[in-house]
Amino acid sequence: MPLSVGHSLLIIAVVSVTTFATRAIPFLLFPKGKEIPPLIQYLGKALPPAVIGMLVIYCLKGVNLLTYPYAAPEIIAGTVVVILHIWKRNNLLSIGVGTVLYMVLIQQVFG
Amino acid sequence: MKQRRRRGYVRAFRAAFPYTIPVLTGYLFIGTAFGVMFQEKGYNFLWAILMSVLVYAGSGQYLAVNFFAPGVGFLNMIFMTFMVNVRHIFYGLSLLERFGRMGKKRLYMIFSLTDETYSLLCITKAPKDVPEDQFLFAVAVWDHLYWIAGSAIGAMAGALIPFNAKGIDFAMTALFIVIFVEQWLAGGKRIPAMIGVVSTAALRILFGGENFVLPSMICIMLCLIFGRRYIEEDIEKGVDGHAA
Repeated sequence: MPLSVGHSLLIIAVVSVTTFATRAIPFLLFPKGKEIPPLIQYLGKALPPAVIGMLVIYCLKGVNLLTYPYAAPEIIAGTVVVILHIWKRNNLLSIGVGTVLYMVLIQQVFG
Repeated sequence: MKQRRRRGYVRAFRAAFPYTIPVLTGYLFIGTAFGVMFQEKGYNFLWAILMSVLVYAGSGQYLAVNFFAPGVGFLNMIFMTFMVNVRHIFYGLSLLERFGRMGKKRLYMIFSLTDETYSLLCITKAPKDVPEDQFLFAVAVWDHLYWIAGSAIGAMAGALIPFNAKGIDFAMTALFIVIFVEQWLAGGKRIPAMIGVVSTAALRILFGGENFVLPSMICIMLCLIFGRRYIEEDIEKGVDGHAA
């Protein structure tokens, strides 16, 4: 261990509290029992689909379209997940096949 | 009475489990990667477990591994942790009312609001015979347990994994794609979905791979606010019975 036990525990505490704080902010701004303004109610409904779209891109933030392999593994595996899911509507199948395919692509095909 | 409630929880955990299996796959491996990194710093599995119990954040914990070195200031840690988790600020807005009905469990629900748990809570609805608060709680606890288990495995046996696991974290990407497709097929909410994808992609290109999340969230909020009239119509159109 590079640091003392006390120092390490303190780091964990700081990271824990900071992480919790980011998640707790909306609940502090709009505490229980207080009327939630209509705009916030609307955002609460409209945000989830937008955030999920954001998270898809966020997961792909490391890909580079301009250098080899031009995001081909992500595009191929992602497309397969979409098509398979529209076809079968089975979460585990879509995720399982997509992940294994992606691993084969980056390890064997484009590796 | 107490016993009946306990049996209710058993049923809630059983009902919630199938919904969380995709997160199980993803968290076991992403958690393992964290355990390996932390163990390489000289911290054994007990430390990895402690961290995953108390912090519970994917990218946040990856980042935090770098804090365990002499000379990193606490203010710096707070700032960097805040920035990497900044998207979480907006998640609670969709759950104010549902969490508000959860009594003592509310604090834990807020604590455990990761990307994956948030997404699951937004798209799943409790089965009819299970109380909603117990169901949501069960989803959150399952996910947390997977994360803790993954990091413990990584710290104990990361070097022993018998196959090349490179790319397995695509499970998480695939999970979000699946949730995205589900939302899309349910109809309605397609405008906000496109706003999320397009503005994040555009700002990722503009700002590069590190600093695009906060600008993306701001851009999304602005688009949602300015397009409110059209988006509210779009949401009304939705035929899905999902709670969010």
